[in-house]
Amino acid sequence: MTPPASDTRKGGRRPGRIRTGVPFALLLPALLGLAFLLLPLVALLIRAPWHSLPEQLTSPEVWQALRLSLVCATSATALSLVIGVPLAWLLARTDFPGRGLVRALVTLPLVLPPVVGGVALLLALGRNGVVGQWLDAWFGITLPFTTTGVVLAETFVAMPFLVISVEGTLRAADPRYEEAATTLGASRFTAFRRVTLPLIAPGIAAGAVLAWARALGEFGATITFAGNFPGRTQTMPLAVYLALQSDPEAAIALSLVLLAVSIAVLAGLRDRWMTTS
Amino acid sequence: MTPRTARRARRTLPLTGTAVAALLVLSACSSSDDTSSGSSSSAPGAAKVSGTVTVFAAASLQETFTALGAEFEKAHPGTEVVFNFGGSDTLAASITSGAPADVFAAASSKTMAIVTDAKDNASAPVTFARNQLAIATLPGNPDQVTSLKDLTKSGLKVVLCDRTVPCGAAAQKALDASGLELTPVSYEQDVKSALTKVELREADAAVVYKTDVRAAGDKVEGVDFPESADAVNDYPIAPLKDAPNAEAAKAFVTLVRSAEGQKALTEAGFLTP
Amino acid sequence: MSAPDGIPPDTAEGLDAHLVVDRDAFRLDITLSAAPGDVVALLGPNGAGKTTALRALAGLVPLTGGHLRLDGDALERTPPEARPVGVVFQDYLLFPHLSALDNVAFGPRCHGASKAEARAQAAGWLERMGLAEHAVAKPRRLSGGQAQRVALARALATRPRLLLLDEPLAALDARTRLEVRAQLRRHLAEFEAVAVLVTHDPLDAMVLADRLVVIEHGTVVQEGTPSDIARHPRTDYIAQLVGLNLYRGRADGHTVHLVAGPPLTTTEILSGPAFVAFPPSAVTLHRDRPTGSSARNLWRCEVAGLETHGDQIRADLTGELPLAADLTTIAAAELDLRPGAPVWATVKAAQTHAYPA
Repeated sequence: MTPPASDTRKGGRRPGRIRTGVPFALLLPALLGLAFLLLPLVALLIRAPWHSLPEQLTSPEVWQALRLSLVCATSATALSLVIGVPLAWLLARTDFPGRGLVRALVTLPLVLPPVVGGVALLLALGRNGVVGQWLDAWFGITLPFTTTGVVLAETFVAMPFLVISVEGTLRAADPRYEEAATTLGASRFTAFRRVTLPLIAPGIAAGAVLAWARALGEFGATITFAGNFPGRTQTMPLAVYLALQSDPEAAIALSLVLLAVSIAVLAGLRDRWMTTS
Repeated sequence: MTPRTARRARRTLPLTGTAVAALLVLSACSSSDDTSSGSSSSAPGAAKVSGTVTVFAAASLQETFTALGAEFEKAHPGTEVVFNFGGSDTLAASITSGAPADVFAAASSKTMAIVTDAKDNASAPVTFARNQLAIATLPGNPDQVTSLKDLTKSGLKVVLCDRTVPCGAAAQKALDASGLELTPVSYEQDVKSALTKVELREADAAVVYKTDVRAAGDKVEGVDFPESADAVNDYPIAPLKDAPNAEAAKAFVTLVRSAEGQKALTEAGFLTP
Repeated sequence: MSAPDGIPPDTAEGLDAHLVVDRDAFRLDITLSAAPGDVVALLGPNGAGKTTALRALAGLVPLTGGHLRLDGDALERTPPEARPVGVVFQDYLLFPHLSALDNVAFGPRCHGASKAEARAQAAGWLERMGLAEHAVAKPRRLSGGQAQRVALARALATRPRLLLLDEPLAALDARTRLEVRAQLRRHLAEFEAVAVLVTHDPLDAMVLADRLVVIEHGTVVQEGTPSDIARHPRTDYIAQLVGLNLYRGRADGHTVHLVAGPPLTTTEILSGPAFVAFPPSAVTLHRDRPTGSSARNLWRCEVAGLETHGDQIRADLTGELPLAADLTTIAAAELDLRPGAPVWATVKAAQTHAYPA
């Protein structure tokens, strides 16, 4: 086929470009998008106080906040798995009146400003909250200002990511495997545990990673519901925010730590779970 | 949490506002200065003020400044006052990073110093008010808190401001001066958050500003304590160097320092400088 | 539930079912019965309700009416996991994360066997299927035929009293199909309880089943032994399946008067409603009206379409009597057959077969 005249001219000038097959109209915004995402991270690295970094990073406060962040994000992910996966199953595999509404409500924390989520949690589970007052009166349990409170706040914000991800995987998975299992004598729960769960494991893993990442970076709901106390409720994002007010260098150092840990964990999980299937 | 932002909708148009202000200022300059005295009720000798004036102010000034802003708009028709209330240090940090603001009113000299150190102020800051700490307790003061020392009682949930914000620094100063050890349940990121925790009854008490206790009405009960005299905060105000609307900035500072402004501040519980 | 058909429970061995399932605009209403050792094939076109019937037997869709009894036990209300029913699904649905052995052991495990016991049983089943060396293989490493046998072993390992097979050979290519069909026939012959298989392939049905039940539009249109059905089709669908031209009419002596069409002469003597069938190979085509032919059945037709059918050409004819005719390629060339061409068709009375409707 003979290319049109204009293309011939262009092709004559730059024969290599035509063959690559990436339209310029896509390439330019794509590169722009990449630069936009990477530039702030690069800036963080350029402006990092490298000379004082060792000193910043060896301070016990940093390790305390990091440890708390990891413990809370992991606990929140575990909690999300325990109650989120069954919720996803309910949404994907059963039909009940108002299911669409329930699904919409589940995704609400995704769009809710986290601070509002924190306030809502206070109103529900706070010492004077709708449920919290009974927890306090009957069991003497108060959740705000505790590490448990941090885990709950993070779970509230992060669990929808897991639920949505797992529900999507469940919908894509063939429900007939569950049927096959029941014809072999498995109860619906056994079918779920021994057949469905292993089948959707990659989706669960992906959802858990998303939830973990979201929990690790959680700020608004945490500071609103659980407050800010070093070692108990001050996670890395809170430490970064408050350090930014008095000591930006320390804030950058903390951010670098958080960044490095996230990259390490996500890369590690990716190799293990996400590329095998 | 992002700094509290008043009149969020209007903030989306700072460029338009600035452009309009610039045009108005230009037209005011091109016409004869003699005719400018007409309708304006501002201080004599000031140029005609118009356009948007953006004020970054400490969270504790929210109620007073919002009222003064309305006054300002009434006194200078065609102006619009846009506030950004938040922790003084956050605001200072955004100003030094180039946030478009005309006036900065801080809750401590230390946070104002962040701006003056960066030479971002147009003229030297002046103290326009002082604030004293008070204890906010639950309505009716069920825990019978009468002194700073009572806050150290075990079982009492106390929230303080984080040491990086002025109210936290002041509270720490007062505690140090009286030799008290106090372990709060939380170091809140600004004074309003600390007060909210008591309003929601999640905390039993908070050390906040007297003005905040007054603004909260009957949702909290205030307890004064003598040690607060050792930790009085100065509130400095300054017009900013890169102010998009320098004339209006000056006029706003003037209003805050005028008898009318001082009256509003005193009514809110501030001490006069 | 009462026994509306008056069959006392606990006497009947085997399957006794009246399946009624209402689904949107579709209604399935069929009666099925089979003695232990029987292999019944449900044959029917797509959408006839075969798979729905199978799923109803397995308990995967609830009955809206009727009854289901297996060896005297009422199963209508029994959930699928508690039914003594094994299913081989169309694409087998072997659990992809489990080895062949663990797939087969799954059923015994669910029925309370210990892990070791279940695996030992499973190993026995794989051995019987000639799959011992594939025990540790994951399903995706198995060939189609092997997967089919694993699926069969998995279904049989629960020792079902009713074995259901949904299009058991449909997922296989033509060559494996031949081999697997023979193996499956052997395994089904050994199976001592009731087996019901669903298929749309008449060859599978005839080779594997003792009895065919033909379903169309949710109801049974004909049932009987494979040879009976092949010889006496009663619907166009079955006639097409078994490759016969079929007409319905009213018989009077040697003549059957078709409902819409010319009379047909047959050798049988009948009266009343009747079917007439003859194979396409019984039809002879002529370009001009034959003069010397002794055939009593002579019609003027037109070629509607042509297709190759093995080493024959099948001509679809319209006209006085719509029919299919088979002829050799040479004959087709000599006749200059092409769509639209006029032809004369004759069928000898001796090659038709009439039977009461």
